[in-house]
Amino acid sequence: MSEVLLRAGGRSVRFRRRTGVVLVLTLVAVVVLGVVGLMLGDYDISAREVLAALSGGGDDPVATYFVTELRLPRVVTAIVVGAALGISGSLFQNVTGNPLGSPDIIGFTTGAATGALVQIIVLGGDSDAVAVGAVVGGIGTAVLVHLLTRPHGLTGQRLVLVGIGVGATLAAVNTLLVVRASLVAAQTAAQWLAGSLSAVLWPRATVVTVAIAVLTLAALLLARPLQLLALGDDTARAVGVPAQRVRTAAVAVGVGLVSVATATTGPIAFVALAAPQVSRRLAGSPTPGVAGPAATGAALVLGADLIGQHLLAPTQLAVGVVTGALGGVYLIGLLALEWRRR
Amino acid sequence: MSALRGRRVALLLIGLVVLAAAVVLSLSVGSNHITLGRVWRLLLDPDGSSDATVLRELRLPRTVVAVAVGAALGLAGALMQSLTRNPLADPGILGINAGASLFVVLAVAVAGTSGIWFYLWFAFLGAAVASVGVYLLAGTGRQTATPARLALAGVAVSAALAAITQAVILADQEAFNEFRYWVAGSLEGRGWPVLGAVGPFLAVGVVLALALGPALNVLTLGDQAGRALGVHLARTRALAMLAVTLLCGAATAAVGPIGFVGLAVPMVARGLVGHDQRWVALLSLVLGPVWMLLADTLARVVVGSQETQVGVVAALLGAPVFVAVVRRRKVPAL
Repeated sequence: MSEVLLRAGGRSVRFRRRTGVVLVLTLVAVVVLGVVGLMLGDYDISAREVLAALSGGGDDPVATYFVTELRLPRVVTAIVVGAALGISGSLFQNVTGNPLGSPDIIGFTTGAATGALVQIIVLGGDSDAVAVGAVVGGIGTAVLVHLLTRPHGLTGQRLVLVGIGVGATLAAVNTLLVVRASLVAAQTAAQWLAGSLSAVLWPRATVVTVAIAVLTLAALLLARPLQLLALGDDTARAVGVPAQRVRTAAVAVGVGLVSVATATTGPIAFVALAAPQVSRRLAGSPTPGVAGPAATGAALVLGADLIGQHLLAPTQLAVGVVTGALGGVYLIGLLALEWRRR
Repeated sequence: MSALRGRRVALLLIGLVVLAAAVVLSLSVGSNHITLGRVWRLLLDPDGSSDATVLRELRLPRTVVAVAVGAALGLAGALMQSLTRNPLADPGILGINAGASLFVVLAVAVAGTSGIWFYLWFAFLGAAVASVGVYLLAGTGRQTATPARLALAGVAVSAALAAITQAVILADQEAFNEFRYWVAGSLEGRGWPVLGAVGPFLAVGVVLALALGPALNVLTLGDQAGRALGVHLARTRALAMLAVTLLCGAATAAVGPIGFVGLAVPMVARGLVGHDQRWVALLSLVLGPVWMLLADTLARVVVGSQETQVGVVAALLGAPVFVAVVRRRKVPAL
């Protein structure tokens, strides 16, 4: 018995080291990408000037303005939105126990999009109204799914199935809205649906960062009970974890994260699904947790936004287009490598 | 065991009766209502009236296309869920919708032409290319494509293809305008010629899918048990993928991507008849057309300024029913 325990201990230590190394490397990547994001643009700024501007000692007022007022909010938003999507995906994949159980597939992103599309196409609202519409749409979808699952209890499977049904209805509504709209409104909608970080300034970046920080804290508190839930409801209950309440809380936090993220930038494709999978494979641990997917999501969105801005400059690619292409190709490569070895 | 068999036969018969009713309804209802008795008489003995023309030239081919597409989607979904052992897998997960969409958009953007025929072949080609790509990726390495691999590979490939589609429609206004109508899925203007073009592919797909039932049944016990019982894993999976590509590719080529039917129909069928893949496939083959016909008939009745696309109605009509079913019943996992 003690031998098993020791061996298990040895293994878990090894896992932890690798997880830690991967996490640090991912965070370094986020910082490097962030600095590069602050350097590049119509007005190129050296790394030294960027650091000077950030520390408040910049002697070039134009460079300081570009870095702190225009590029920093965009970089910060990319990081927090990416982290939010990664954590949200991890929470949902944990609760549903299915790699396809991400908020994109089970309808919450679709609901946020419905709210935004109603604002764009029917009400003709401005970008703040669209953001509010997306949050209302996402949370409204969650409330609807909650009411529909409540009398029978929230299990991972029922959440997924009801979510898919509600999501399919809303996707049809979205298609209908786009088909019936004028071409101009439909194109605005398509642009929003592709996700974009352009024109994010401090007021919005601050609100989003605070909201996502609070929700991330909640996700951290839920990480341990969720890990125990993976052992099964009965085991979890035996060690004092209220299974039902933990799951509901995890879904609420996940929906909050994905709604705030979608409201800020539009639906950024694929990050919520891919970030936990990528992080899990890099770290070699079965449960992705919170920090790994958050860092991976941030790196993915930040890198995608950099590529979108500069790959075909002056043409700007929407960040969601790049995350889809980049995330898709990256996941393809990762899977092919992993599977070639076995 | 025989009680179970009796129940399954009864369910299949009920399904067939409902399908017959849906066909009659589809022939009779429209902007120009034709009574049931008259439908019957006109089919047997067309009298040259305008009703007879409407029936023969418009409603009958449209109804047959709806039946064919519904059957193909239902059956392809049943195969896909069994193949990936994931109840969330729909045929779209193989990359078929994403591949078809990308090729249609590229064709419009590059060649600048459009039209049903044009869409048909490009969509089919795109569906085939995408699903072959997914299969090759999932089959990397010494192992054959496992269920989890197929699902993940399909999601990854779909995401990459969808991103390229999005990039094109954001850059090209005309391609976007064509695409937003095509992607909603429509039976408008689809008649005998379209059916003639995709019919052979559908027929081969249906035969293949039904023939694979027993082998897929064995595979639900797991890969090793399957191999021990004499199932050729790689061949069965490859043939199942081929069948899904034929069925779903042809259906998408004919009417555009129709979501949700391929996901929900087999799930409902499995809830009704249990896990036997042969019965799930048969019942899906009947329930898919019912779903499409009811959606299309409703789409014709609630005409506003323009006809509502059948893909939209299929989801709007079917999803609430689906939610009502899954929140009560425990839908069997795979």
